[in-house]
Amino acid sequence: MIEPLLSLDGLTKSYGAVVACNGAGLQIAPGEAHAVIGPNGAGKTTLIGMVAGELRPDSGWIKFAGRDITRLPVQDRPALGLARSFQITSVFPRFSALDNVALAVQAQAGGNFGSWRDARQDADLRAPALACLERVGLGARAEIPARVLAHGEQRQLELAMVLASKPRLVLLDEPTAGMGREDSARMVALLAGLRGEVAMLLVEHDMDAVFALAERISVMLGGRVIATGTPAEIRADVQVRRAYLGEDGAEPC
Amino acid sequence: MSVPPYRAVLFAGLAFALALPLLAGVLGLDYAVGIATRILILALAGIGLNLILGFGGMVSFGHAAFFGLGAYTVAILSHHDMTGEAFATWPFEIGGTVAAILAWPLAMAVCALAALVIGAISLRTGGLSFIMITLAFAQMLFFFFVSLETYGGDDGLSLLARSSAGPLDLHDPAQFYFLVLAIVLLALAVTARWSRARFGLALQGIRDNERRMRALGFATTRTKLAAFVISGAIVGLAGALMANHTEFVSPSFLSWQRSGEILAIVVLGGLGTVFGPVVGAVVFFVLEEVLSQWTQHWMIVFGPLLVLAVLFAKQGLWGLAAQKLARHD
Amino acid sequence: MLLILEQVLNGLQLGVMLFLLAAGLTLVLGIMNLVNLAHGSLYMVGAFIAASAAQWTGSFLLGLLIALPAAALVGIAVEVIALRNLYERDHLDQVLATFGLILFFNEAVAMIWGPRALFIDPPSWLSGAVEILPGVPYPAFRLAILGIGLAVAGFLYWLVARTRLGMTIRAGASNREMAGALGIDIKRLYTLVFGLGAMLAALAGVMAGPIYAVEAGMGEQILIPAFVVVVIGGIGSIRGALAGAVLVGIADTLGRAFLPGIIGAFLGPAAASGAGAALASMAIYILMAAVLIWRPRGLFPAHG
Ligand SMILES: Nc1ncnc2c1ncn2[C@@H]1O[C@H](COP(=O)(O)OP(=O)(O)O)[C@@H](O)[C@H]1O
Ligand SMILES: [Mg+2]
Repeated sequence: MIEPLLSLDGLTKSYGAVVACNGAGLQIAPGEAHAVIGPNGAGKTTLIGMVAGELRPDSGWIKFAGRDITRLPVQDRPALGLARSFQITSVFPRFSALDNVALAVQAQAGGNFGSWRDARQDADLRAPALACLERVGLGARAEIPARVLAHGEQRQLELAMVLASKPRLVLLDEPTAGMGREDSARMVALLAGLRGEVAMLLVEHDMDAVFALAERISVMLGGRVIATGTPAEIRADVQVRRAYLGEDGAEPC
Repeated sequence: MSVPPYRAVLFAGLAFALALPLLAGVLGLDYAVGIATRILILALAGIGLNLILGFGGMVSFGHAAFFGLGAYTVAILSHHDMTGEAFATWPFEIGGTVAAILAWPLAMAVCALAALVIGAISLRTGGLSFIMITLAFAQMLFFFFVSLETYGGDDGLSLLARSSAGPLDLHDPAQFYFLVLAIVLLALAVTARWSRARFGLALQGIRDNERRMRALGFATTRTKLAAFVISGAIVGLAGALMANHTEFVSPSFLSWQRSGEILAIVVLGGLGTVFGPVVGAVVFFVLEEVLSQWTQHWMIVFGPLLVLAVLFAKQGLWGLAAQKLARHD
Repeated sequence: MLLILEQVLNGLQLGVMLFLLAAGLTLVLGIMNLVNLAHGSLYMVGAFIAASAAQWTGSFLLGLLIALPAAALVGIAVEVIALRNLYERDHLDQVLATFGLILFFNEAVAMIWGPRALFIDPPSWLSGAVEILPGVPYPAFRLAILGIGLAVAGFLYWLVARTRLGMTIRAGASNREMAGALGIDIKRLYTLVFGLGAMLAALAGVMAGPIYAVEAGMGEQILIPAFVVVVIGGIGSIRGALAGAVLVGIADTLGRAFLPGIIGAFLGPAAASGAGAALASMAIYILMAAVLIWRPRGLFPAHG
């Protein structure tokens, strides 16, 4: 295998007595779409939080692009090419959709100080931001305040913000959470369009989405990664079926 | 071509401010110039606080500390100028001065430095702890000046004269008024510009969702600290002007009630609006005047009014007005 | 040595008073998430009512017995009329609105009782001194304050940790919606907690009567240190409030008693009255800054 873009090793994190992650490890190659599945409480969000830098692991290692980033502060990670979206939609409600994305571009450009220009007239920020909005299909909604956008649109906006930071790896925590069938399908199509361009670490409950998007899948249970493989391998894995999918293939929670 | 109402209101306000000394002279209301100067100085303090409170969402309950520190810097320098004693002899000799060009920037620098220290510690916390620790630092400085017997302690310190400012005579009420007005206009212009620049947008983003901003890659603490320092310096300048206006400083400049007043001015006017603090200062002062004409116990009315304003006019007066006016734009 | 003992006792006594205020503040903060600057006003109102009632009846105890329920009623009225509408608001709104309440109460008290300070006589059977060690007298009234404060601390601890009401309070503190779902009447609970807090504040106010002056604005002189206590202790924690109150009470008292002397010994008498006095009055704020640098969430951070 080529040098992985992201490799996690022995990540452990507990909240008091609850061990949310218990020695989890996995590797993602450049451009790979990697899904993490597992029942509620398996530790998926905690894992993403540690990779994004919001949570500090109790032990274990995170290596990104050949660099140890285990203890790197959150705000220094996007510059390396690591971007995340939140499970609970997290946009800036008072700002317009375009303003939201322009903030992401501004973060990527670095340096808030020194410039006295009206940032809303600044083509260096607006043009790339608009391009990202168009890419997620929100071009026509650019001037709408984010709080007015429909839930599905806000999720799309999240994705545009993630793209605006020109990531090499995107962390997506349940990008289709709370969406209807139609919105969900649109989001999956958008993500499919990103395949090969950026690597993805995707947490998702919708199995159809997972099998449509992921090149490889890791299964988490009780804070551990119990299996990793191609979708076909995961489908066939007896342990996974028993532990998670359920013998009869019932819908996971 | 018609002028949009929003602009028209601003221009009318500006015209009134420019004509005020003349009007006051004609009408024989000379004291009005002094009152207007005082209102403008309070507005400047509000503009400074609004930077972090309205645009940055940082609730400082201790900004009187910078107000007082700026005032005391001017007063102490003037005191040393009068006595001829050096303020410090080490590492080099620093004497007193009454030159505005030296004393006022120095007041700002002192406040910026204090804000850097206070901010660096306070911004480690958030929410209620931030409110309380800014209050605590202000109390700390309050008691410091109370026990500073050299400079009057509890009784405060009188200035022999207002600062000297080149060709201007600051003892002339109109000249002092126009200088203060110019400073306030400059501060408004800077706020208007700056709130739309990258720095201002980043600050507003932090106000609305700091966690998201950090995830986007913003060094949020540094941005907040920078805003806190600028804010402290502006409020310090307001203090320096107030020391000149009253020609007297005392620890009450740093009292927590003063911090509350500046807070009330900003909120009454309209959080995070450029002109809100000016409106807030006018309203605050007019309320105080009108109510205290009516009863010596004006606070008994003002207190509940403040409660009602918080409950029912959250956007502040300028916030509401700007909304109304924009609808006709 | 004896002087130190006396000052430590004074410090503990101040700590007890601070605790009575801080307990109410921290409960209201932890449970309702409400910053109530007007808490000091209840302390003041308690002291004034007790002063008047003691004068009419000639009895300190009767004054106390009248002041406590009266202050609780005032507190409940304030909660129902104003504060209830502030629970869902942000801290800024709460600070500003309760700042308005302070202005109102200070002025109201000045109007009703006049601008002059009042004094409450301690009951005659507590006005003497007790020999705490052979040859070391200490005012009996201050000892009584200590005793009452410790009893209240014990009572609160028992109330919150051991009783059904306390369980309800804790459920409310950790999760408002869940408490609501459990069928707990949140509105009544809040009013109850508020009345309790008001009563504790008033108790402190009454006990302050014979020691400090009863005057408009007395609430804020103790409110701000009480907030320092809450922040040092960790917001929402009764245990933290007790620890913080003792720390702040002792730091303040010992600082005022000994810092000028210590500084004077090193830097001369001029420095003693200047720097020494300044440092002493700043001591508790320096303490708070130090604690927050070391532990930004206070000594006993509540969970969550
Ligand atoms: N902030 C927290 N405090 C305490 N426990 C937590 C916290 N966050 C998560 N947990 C616990 O850690 C476990 C893993 O949670 P999480 O990572 O959110 O799982 P998933 O995203 O797979 O549903 C769960 O048992 C959850 O209750
Ligand atoms: Mg999750």
